[in-house]
Amino acid sequence: MSPTSTTATTATTPAGGAPDLDRAEVGTVVRVSGPVLEVAGLHAARLYDVVRVGAQSLPGEVIRLDGGVATVQVFEDTSGLRAGDPVVGTGAPLTIELGPGLLGTVFDGTQRPLAALGAEHGIYIPRGADQPGLDRGRTWDFVPSVAVGDRVEAGDELGTVQETAALRHRVLVPPDIRGVVEHVRSGPRRVDEVVARVAGHDVQMLQRWPIRRPRPVRGQQPLSRPLLTGQRVLDGLFPIALGGAGIIPGGFGTGKTVLEQAIAKHAEADVVVYVGCGERGNELTEVLEEFPQLADPRTGRPLMERTVLVANTSNMPVAAREASVYLGITMAEYYRDQGLHAVLLADSTSRWGEALREVSGRLGEIPAEDGYPAYLATRLAAFYERAGLVDSLGSTPRQGSVTVVGAVSPAGGDFSEPVTQNSLRVAGCFWALDASLARARHFPSINWTRSYTTYRLGEWFDEHVAEDWSRLSAWAVRTLQEEGSLLEVVSLLGVEAVAAPQRVTLRVGRMLREDYLQQNSFDPLDASCPPRKQVAMLRLVKAAEAAMTAAVESGRPVADVVAHPVLRTIAGARGWPADETLERHLEEAAATVRAALTTAPTTKEELR
Amino acid sequence: MTPTDAPNITARARGAVAAAPVGILPTIEMRDVRRVAGPLLVVEGADNLAFGDVVTVVTDDGSERDGQVLEVDRTRAVVQVLGGTEGMGQANVAVRARFRAAVTGVGTDVLGRVLDGAGRPRDGRPDPTAEAYRPVNGLPLNPVARIHPDQFIETGFSAIDGLNTLVRGQKLPVFTAAGLPAAEVAARIATQARVPGETDEVVVVFAAMGVTRREADFFRDQFTASASGHRNVLLLNLADDPTIERLLTPRVALTLAEYLAFEKHLHVLTILTDVTAYCEALREIAAAREEMPGRRGYPGYMYTDLASLFERAGRVHGSTGSLTQLSLLTMPDGDITHPVPDLTGYITEGQVVLSRDMAGRGIDPPFDVLPSLSRLMNAGVGVGRTRADHRGLADQLYACYARGVEVRRLVSIVGESGLTAEDRRYLAFARRFEEEFVGQGEARRTITQTLDLGWELLGDFEPDELGRVGAEHIARHHRPTATTATAARSQS
Repeated sequence: MSPTSTTATTATTPAGGAPDLDRAEVGTVVRVSGPVLEVAGLHAARLYDVVRVGAQSLPGEVIRLDGGVATVQVFEDTSGLRAGDPVVGTGAPLTIELGPGLLGTVFDGTQRPLAALGAEHGIYIPRGADQPGLDRGRTWDFVPSVAVGDRVEAGDELGTVQETAALRHRVLVPPDIRGVVEHVRSGPRRVDEVVARVAGHDVQMLQRWPIRRPRPVRGQQPLSRPLLTGQRVLDGLFPIALGGAGIIPGGFGTGKTVLEQAIAKHAEADVVVYVGCGERGNELTEVLEEFPQLADPRTGRPLMERTVLVANTSNMPVAAREASVYLGITMAEYYRDQGLHAVLLADSTSRWGEALREVSGRLGEIPAEDGYPAYLATRLAAFYERAGLVDSLGSTPRQGSVTVVGAVSPAGGDFSEPVTQNSLRVAGCFWALDASLARARHFPSINWTRSYTTYRLGEWFDEHVAEDWSRLSAWAVRTLQEEGSLLEVVSLLGVEAVAAPQRVTLRVGRMLREDYLQQNSFDPLDASCPPRKQVAMLRLVKAAEAAMTAAVESGRPVADVVAHPVLRTIAGARGWPADETLERHLEEAAATVRAALTTAPTTKEELR
Repeated sequence: MTPTDAPNITARARGAVAAAPVGILPTIEMRDVRRVAGPLLVVEGADNLAFGDVVTVVTDDGSERDGQVLEVDRTRAVVQVLGGTEGMGQANVAVRARFRAAVTGVGTDVLGRVLDGAGRPRDGRPDPTAEAYRPVNGLPLNPVARIHPDQFIETGFSAIDGLNTLVRGQKLPVFTAAGLPAAEVAARIATQARVPGETDEVVVVFAAMGVTRREADFFRDQFTASASGHRNVLLLNLADDPTIERLLTPRVALTLAEYLAFEKHLHVLTILTDVTAYCEALREIAAAREEMPGRRGYPGYMYTDLASLFERAGRVHGSTGSLTQLSLLTMPDGDITHPVPDLTGYITEGQVVLSRDMAGRGIDPPFDVLPSLSRLMNAGVGVGRTRADHRGLADQLYACYARGVEVRRLVSIVGESGLTAEDRRYLAFARRFEEEFVGQGEARRTITQTLDLGWELLGDFEPDELGRVGAEHIARHHRPTATTATAARSQS
C-alpha cells in the first residue's frame, strides 16, 4: 500500500501513517544512548520507517540499518528504556495528515495539535501522548465539483470545502489515483468520511503523505514574479521571487525572528506556514496570542486563518526538531497543489542542522566541518529545492507556489560556518543581518552591502509598479555603496577632507539608511510598505539629492546644505498612507525641500 | 511520565536522588565492574537497568555514592557517579539499583533553607518535608499553555528598566567578565525587584554551580541572612564539589521553582550562577564519555542541554505565579562569541552585558548598553505598564548613544577638531548618558525617575532630531536645555 492511499485505516497516529501489515513486526531494544536506540529483530524495516518503542509507545524513526541491527532515533525522552524493551515497526515512514482544518492550528514537530494535547494533559507535554493531526470531531460542508461518471486524473478537483471565510479548500484526487468517479457525496462530512469513490478507491478529505518526500507536480515554472513582503529593504533592494528561497543569517539579537514574523504578517500569500524550529516557547506564545488579533492584509480576516504554526521549542526532543521543517514544507506543498501561494518560514534552520549533528555524533559518524555530518549540504539543498512555482497535477491548469525563507543562526555570528554557507548555495536571496546595525536599533538590520538577490525581478516591477523602479533601486544601492566607501575616508581624515558633491552623497546615503531602509514593525503606518509607497519615498530622496546638488552649485556652503533642518522632514514619508494621496504627499514634500534649499538661510537655527 | 504525588510515603525527601517513591527497583547488586574512568563506571551484568536509572555505588569501606545510568546495552551499563570515583576500583565496588529516573522532593518547606547541589541539606538542619516528588529533568511546557510575559518588573536599574525591560516569566541572563560585580548586580536585582502596584513578594531560588567558598558566603549573606531570607532557598554546589552534581544542581533548582510557581502560585526568581561553570562540567563529562567534541571541545548537544534549563521559565494558564530566570554567565576572556554566551544568547530572551571597558571608565554598575537586549520588552512597556513614551524614548536613547559611541571612535582617529557641531553634541550626550543614566551607583530609581532622566539627557537635541519618539511625547516630555532653547527663541 502506498503512503498516499486514502482508504480507511485504523492508524490515526500522526507518526504512524498507514501501517503496512506485511511489514509490521516486533523487535527488541539492545542498546540505549540518549535519544538513539539500537534494535534487533526488525528485519523488514526500511530507512525512515516509524517505530513505536516500549510500554509508552514512544515514536521513533529508523535512521540506519546494519546487519540485524536497526538504529532508531526516538522523538521523546528515552529515560526508563532498557535492553529487552519491545519495539514495534509500523512499516510506514513518518507520515502526516493533510486536509481541511490545518489552517489556524498549532502543531508540534510531529503534527500533534498542541491545543488538543493541552486540553487532555495540562501545561506539560507528557511522553507518548498521542493525538491525530486533524480534528475528527469537526465536519466540513463538502461541495462536489464532479459528477458520477466523470473521468478524473490525479490532482483534479473532486470538490471544495470552505476552510476559512477567505479560503476555499480544494479536495483533490490523490496523486496515485485516476479513473471514473463511481460515487460522490455532498454535505457535511468529517475528514475521515468517504466523500467519493474513484476507480475503486474510496477517497476521504483526509490524505496522508510522508514528510520527507516532495509532493509530485506537473512541471516547474521560471521565477519571474516577486513575493511582496511589505519590507522596503527586501522588496526594494533584494526582492525574493514567488516560489524562490531566501535565507536570513544573523547572530542572536539581530532581529531574525522579528523579520520572519513581519514577513508572516505582511507577505502577499494565501497561506503561511511558520515553523518555530528549536526556538523559544515565549516567542511562539507571542505569535499565538498576536496573530488571532491581527488582520490578514489581503482579506481583512484574522491573520491566524491563513496561518499554520509548527511549534517545536528548544527543549522538545531533538528528533522532532528535525522532523518539524519537513512537516512544515509538506503542508505548504499541499496548499500549493490547490493552486495557492504558500510561504514557509523556518526559524531557525540552524537548529535543524544542529539536530542532524547531534544525532550524527551519537551514531559515531565521521564528522565533516564543525562536527556537522558530511551530508548536511545534501539535506539542506533537498529542502530548499522543494520551493518553487509549479503547474499542479490535474487536467485543468493551475499554478501554485511555495516560497521558503529560512533563518540561520550562525555560531558566534560568523557566516563562514557550514549551515550558512551550504544554505546560501541553494537559496536565491541572502539577507545578511548585521549586529552593529541592530545595536544602533537600525531595523530590519539587513546589511545592504553583504546582502544580494539572484532573482531578476526588475522587469516585473517596472511593468507593474513604476517604470523607473529598476533605475531607482540601482541608484539606491549605488549611493549606499558610495556612502560606505566615503565613510571610510571620513573616519580616517574627517568630514572636511571630502569634496562638496561627495558630502551630498554622504547625506543622501544617510537619508536612505535612516528614512527609507529602516522600518518600524510596531508602527501600524510603517509596518508594511506597498511598492507604490516605496517608489514615492525613493523619488522624494532623489528629489532631495537634486535640490541639495543645485543648492551647492548655486554657491551655498555645503555644510549648511547637508545640515539643513528641512532634510529631517523626509522621515515623515514613512507615515504616509499608501492610497491615492501618495502623489500629492510626494509633490508637497519635494516642493518643501526644494523651496527651503533654494532660499537663503534666514535663521540662526538653520546656520547652526 | 506523569509526576507522581506521594503523600503516603513516609521516607523523607533526602534530595534529588536520595529517596524517591516512583518505580523503586528490586535490590540487585552488580559487582562486575569493568572500567573506571573519570566520573564513569562500566558495570557488566546490568541487564535490568534502564537509561536514566538512579543507582547507589557502594565501596568496600561502606561509603555510598549516588549514580545515574547514561547508557545501557544487553549486559552492560555506563554509570556516572555523583561524588566522583576516587578510591573506586574494579574489585571493591558494587552497584545497587535504586529507582527509575532522578526525582526530587518538592515543597514550600525548602524556603529559608540552604541545600547542596543535589538538594540535600547543607545547613545542618533536618531534611525538608516533601509535598510531592518530581522528575528533575522536567517536561516541556506546551506552548499553548503559556501566557506571553508582559508584567513589568522594576529592578531599580535604569539601564535595565529603561532600555532592556525585564518582565515576569522572562529568562534574561547577565553576561559578565571575570572581576566584574555581576554577583552584586544579581543580588541587588533579587532584593530590590518589585512590580509597581503589587505587594506580592518574590521567592528567590538560587542555584550556585561551581562557586568558590567566598562567593558562596556572599550569596548566603544576601539571600538567607536578610529580612526576606525565609522566602528564599539556596542550592550550593561549590567549586570543589563533585563535577557531576553540577549538572544536577540547576535541574533540582528549576524543578523546585516550577512547583512553587505553577502549583503554589508564587512569583519565583531563579538565579543560576555560573552558566560557564555548568558548561565546563558538561564538557568534562562528555570528554570522560569519549564523545565527539564540538566547538572548543563542548559537546554538540550543548544547545539542547542548555535549552532544557532555560526553557523552564514563563507563566502558564491556570497559575497566578511566574518563573523568571536571571542567570549569571562569565564570558571567558570577555568574549561574547565564545560558545557558552553564544548558545545562551540564542536561547534566552535577550541578555544584559557588563563590560570591563565601562568598569575601567568608572561607570558603576558597568552595564554595556549597546549589546544588551530584552526581547520581551515590547510587551512589558507602554500605557498601563510603564508609560506611553517608554518604547520610543528607549529607541531614541539607543540611537543617540550608538551615534555618540561612533563619534567617539572617530575622535580617536581624527581628533575632536574634525567634528561638526552636531557630532560634538552626540559625543557629549554619550558621556552624560554613561555617567548619569547608566552609572547610577547605589541609587535605586523608579521607572518614572529613569524615564524622566532619559528625557533630560535628550534636552540637548532639537525636537526634529528625535525621530524615534512621537510628536505627542516630545510635546509632553521634551525640555530643551538652555542652549537649544536660545536657538529656538531666536527662530521665532
